[in-house]
Amino acid sequence: MMEKELICVNCPMSCRLTVQIEENKVVSVSGNSCPRGKAYAETECIRPERILTTTVRITGGIHRVLPVISESEIPLDRIMDAMELIRSAQVKAPVQVGDVIMENILGTGVNIVAARSMDKFSCSDTSQK
Amino acid sequence: MKKVQAIIIGGGSAGLSAAVTLKKNGIEDVLVIEKDEEPGGILEQCIHNGFGLQTFQEQLSGPAYAERFVRMAEELNVRILLNTTVTKLTADRVVEYVNSEEGAVQVQADAVILAVGCYERPRGGINITGTRPAGIYTAGQAQRYLNIDGYMVGKRVFILGSGDIGLIMARRMTLEGAKVIGVAELMPYSNGLPRNMKQCLEDFDIPLYLSHTVSKVFGKDRLEKIEMVAVDENRNPIAGSEQYFDVDTLLLSVGLIPENHLADHAGIRMDPSTKGPVVDDRYMTSEEGIFACGNGLHVHDLVDYVSLQAARAAEGAAAYLRNGSPKGTPLCIKNGNQVSYCVPSQFYPEDPAEKLTVYFRVRTPMDNQQLVIRSGDKVIRTLKKRKLLPSVMEEAVLLKKDMEGLTEDITVEITEVAS
Repeated sequence: MMEKELICVNCPMSCRLTVQIEENKVVSVSGNSCPRGKAYAETECIRPERILTTTVRITGGIHRVLPVISESEIPLDRIMDAMELIRSAQVKAPVQVGDVIMENILGTGVNIVAARSMDKFSCSDTSQK
Repeated sequence: MKKVQAIIIGGGSAGLSAAVTLKKNGIEDVLVIEKDEEPGGILEQCIHNGFGLQTFQEQLSGPAYAERFVRMAEELNVRILLNTTVTKLTADRVVEYVNSEEGAVQVQADAVILAVGCYERPRGGINITGTRPAGIYTAGQAQRYLNIDGYMVGKRVFILGSGDIGLIMARRMTLEGAKVIGVAELMPYSNGLPRNMKQCLEDFDIPLYLSHTVSKVFGKDRLEKIEMVAVDENRNPIAGSEQYFDVDTLLLSVGLIPENHLADHAGIRMDPSTKGPVVDDRYMTSEEGIFACGNGLHVHDLVDYVSLQAARAAEGAAAYLRNGSPKGTPLCIKNGNQVSYCVPSQFYPEDPAEKLTVYFRVRTPMDNQQLVIRSGDKVIRTLKKRKLLPSVMEEAVLLKKDMEGLTEDITVEITEVAS
């Protein structure tokens, strides 16, 4: 039996988890304050996963980039590949929060969605972009 | 002079929450003044997730969290004046603002809520010797350039300070293709949340140098090199410990300071330990009818607490608009052993709030301690604390019956558990 200490990254509470591992399988998790902590410990010991947040280029919007987020966790070891793909994407304003920007990224089954709404830039705006 | 019932200075997380709460408490005439071109404040550049777990029971990115509050404010018909800077506030609540459409305008408010946020300590606020090249940014400034304006600030990056913004920028710059060489932290422990140590540094094998600082920068036009030194227990540089890194960018994440030029000018009493205004249990400052909340009051760890505390300040302002100031003379809530500050730091024993959450921070990391709240020698409450970190805001709840009729100041302190 192997014991491992982990810090849950699910939320800012940063719970300290103690995980018991036997033959590459998680047999018990303690120190978590919610079910998410247990699920985190289980994937973390086998193949870590993370939520990915970044930006994509947007045209016609009030800003040059639009923040986006993965709808759920994707494997940590695919994050850099996902970034490569997302960097090539370009969207057009207007966008609504939750709009799918890239479907099923890298075949993970996870969509990359808009993290905010962004209106079209209109000439009446005093700021120039 | 135009009159408004309540003016909120700042349309970020604190200001929006205060505006929504004022409306819900029956205050109709609410004006939010925001300097940026859209409401949301610093949340708009905090594109990472982890916001909203307390407020919405789900994990949101910063912009998504802000959008929820902007929608609520819109539904309640809150007026938000954008691209507008408040240039002056007086003790009798005259607010002077300026924008390109109206010019300079003065408005008389019955109540003012300061939700002005904080600013980052700049290079000038710490002792880094050397030249003055381009490529040295505060972490939040670089975050804005990258996440809102879409510009990368550099390719080889060093970060001074392990506060959360520094850690989050270490990951963000790495994701965007930069090489983050390392993070130096003056203290022997990290100042960021443990989750950010894990997911921002460890995930990307970025080294953290505890008890180290950046002592010198080199470069004529652009930053070329930095000197890092180890420090002793008194935070003095250790001779001979110099290490050099070739970098084009240095990000500073070396502290946040409440923004209080307006409050200072209005003659509002400041708390030297928070660098924000002194407030009572209704979040009213030393000047009648002027309230304070958010990071302009004290620097929070989580936005959820900013929203929550701003709502309390708005309830205080709404009660003031209906009933005037609380009765009697206030007593203090003091920070005792190992506690660096308490907010709010005053209460009215003759007229206490129904329930008061006192927020505080500890000075150093500690395990298995006891939190003691007392008034003079009378212990009001003790609480066991398993883990205490300076980066985590702690809270202690006081009920009306705890505060009613007290004759001595309340002290919040940490004592060792008798074993």
